Amino acid sequence: MRARNLWVKVLFYGGLTTVAIVLLVVFSGVAVGGFDQRVGRPIPQPVPFSHALHAGEMGISCRYCHAAVEQASYAGLPPTETCMSCHSQVRAQSPLLAPVRESWEKGTPLAWNRVVEVPDFVYFNHSIHVAKGVGCATCHGPVHQMPVLYQAKAFEMRFCLDCHRAPEKYLRPREEVFNMNYQPPAEQLELGRRLVKAHGVNQANLTDCSVCHR
Amino acid sequence: MEPKPASGDSALIQGEHTYETLSEKLAAVVEKPPPGAWWPVFLIGGLGAALLLYAILVTFIQGLGTWGINIPVGWGFDIVHFVWWIGIGHAGTLISAILVLMRQDWRDSLNRLTEVMTLFAVLCAALYPLIHMGRAQNMYWIFPYPNSLGIWPQFKSPLTWDVLAIMTYLTISTLFLYLGLIPDLALLRERAQSRFTRILYGVLSLGWTGSATHWHRYRAAYVLLAGLATPVVISVHSVVSLDFAYGVIPGWHITVFPPFFASGAIYSGFAMALTLIIPLRKWYRLEDVVTNRHLDWMAKVMLASGLGVAYIYLLEIFIAWYSGEPFEIRQQLWRFSGPYAPYYWAMMLINVGVLQLMWFPRFRHNLWVLFIVSILANVGMWLERFVIVIISLSRDYLPSSAHLYHPTWVDWSLYLGTLGFFLFGIALFIRFFPPIAVAEMLHLLHKLRFHRHDKQGGSPPHRDGQDPHTPR
Repeated sequence: MRARNLWVKVLFYGGLTTVAIVLLVVFSGVAVGGFDQRVGRPIPQPVPFSHALHAGEMGISCRYCHAAVEQASYAGLPPTETCMSCHSQVRAQSPLLAPVRESWEKGTPLAWNRVVEVPDFVYFNHSIHVAKGVGCATCHGPVHQMPVLYQAKAFEMRFCLDCHRAPEKYLRPREEVFNMNYQPPAEQLELGRRLVKAHGVNQANLTDCSVCHR
Repeated sequence: MEPKPASGDSALIQGEHTYETLSEKLAAVVEKPPPGAWWPVFLIGGLGAALLLYAILVTFIQGLGTWGINIPVGWGFDIVHFVWWIGIGHAGTLISAILVLMRQDWRDSLNRLTEVMTLFAVLCAALYPLIHMGRAQNMYWIFPYPNSLGIWPQFKSPLTWDVLAIMTYLTISTLFLYLGLIPDLALLRERAQSRFTRILYGVLSLGWTGSATHWHRYRAAYVLLAGLATPVVISVHSVVSLDFAYGVIPGWHITVFPPFFASGAIYSGFAMALTLIIPLRKWYRLEDVVTNRHLDWMAKVMLASGLGVAYIYLLEIFIAWYSGEPFEIRQQLWRFSGPYAPYYWAMMLINVGVLQLMWFPRFRHNLWVLFIVSILANVGMWLERFVIVIISLSRDYLPSSAHLYHPTWVDWSLYLGTLGFFLFGIALFIRFFPPIAVAEMLHLLHKLRFHRHDKQGGSPPHRDGQDPHTPR
């Protein structure tokens, strides 16, 4: 009888503890986005384009390829013409670039695989963030060190809200937006508060639904 | 031992019962094969439950457009039945909790069945808030949990309170039911003839031995739970009523809705309890423990709460006139003479007219009259929810947005389906668990007839000094 009681106790408290642990893990994962499969996973592309080479080693500005980022809501992927402006001469025979040449000859766009994709009910606008002093690396991570592009952040809503609720923690001077090696200063909060005023960031309605979900 | 001559409340248990004969009789409900009427109820209930599943599947696959709801009448049968089922559930907790606090002995033979009724009625009710959402797969967004969206539910909405109210209610009524069952499960464990039933009831009874310590703590927990359940039962239906009273719709925005809904819930709950208990006591031959006196008291509670409902019907008319508010007046006239007037007048006929029969002992003591009145009361309360939800919505401020509501077969199937599921659940429950609380009844018998402690007399089966764990 005692042995049975022990078993009952082990089963009861064991079951209770297991349920509690499972709930804790699940909910903490849900809360921090810890189970997100997208973060840090390199996405293979038709052409092994390396940001590490182009943006890192060669120091091409982000805006050379993603030309619309300062004017449009969509930063834009470069068309084949942008690639061919160099690669008609540079490594013109490389087998790795065969799809680019094919796209150039046939006039069909390259089918890049999208890495960052927010749902269509989110109306994200690149130009406003660039204009208010949000650096590329703040959201996209160290792109200039990525041989194959991956998503540095999960882009879940809380990630956006964290900044919209306290932009002073993240803003940088406008001229540093495209500087991938920018390090926030020690007195970031002070700088940030100044930039919020200088850039005219309207914090009153920054977390309204209509800002993003139109 | 000779039982003391019956006097006063002794009429609560009729016949020459000892502890043995009474527990034998009550346990027989579970231990003997069910009466012939059980199978049709079980089968019809099962078919209804299957229909319910089918209608839910149609709703989920094809969408809410399969229902009769439209733009002004966005709440149709779904909410009518949600409120109806929640209301029915309330008598169970009332009998279990409020009558315990009032030390009413006559609830002892009724509480188990009404608690089961509560459980399944609340399950039926809880279904509607889930399936009446256009996107039921996102229902968990209503729960306040930390999430990667960084957002929380809106705690100003009565629909958010509904979630908390119903979940609390479901939890507390399940706990109450189970706590009450534990001594009975131990009794069934001791009486078990097969290994399977002994293990089943042995596991469920959680090692109850009926020691004095057990009983002391059990009573304390029971009364404590009753004290907690009482405000819950009143507030749950008040919260449900706020779904309407919070609105600005004429016919909804009335401050008496919380007590109005609560008394309607007690009225319809007692009506449903009578509808269930009258056939049950006949089929299972439980007339000894569910006596005419019990039914008489239930009818009186039904009358008292029904009068509360009737009072507010008349008050609504008065308030509409007294307010001088054109939309309120027009709403009442729309009820009196609009296309839904038959529903309104049928409601008035039943809940104000037929109810008055319950004043007369002649009708309260006639089982057929009582049974028919109890069914009519359920119909009347269904009509009341129809009047409140649908008639008010079908015409409000703008004449351009007046629109009538026509339920579709899916609406009806969901309703008949929940009725089936309700019967199915109760039939299954009373097949495996005693529908009359045996321990409560033995205690009542002791109180009524065997006040003197006597070794030769019967004693409750779990107090016989034998270690219940020893195999027999």
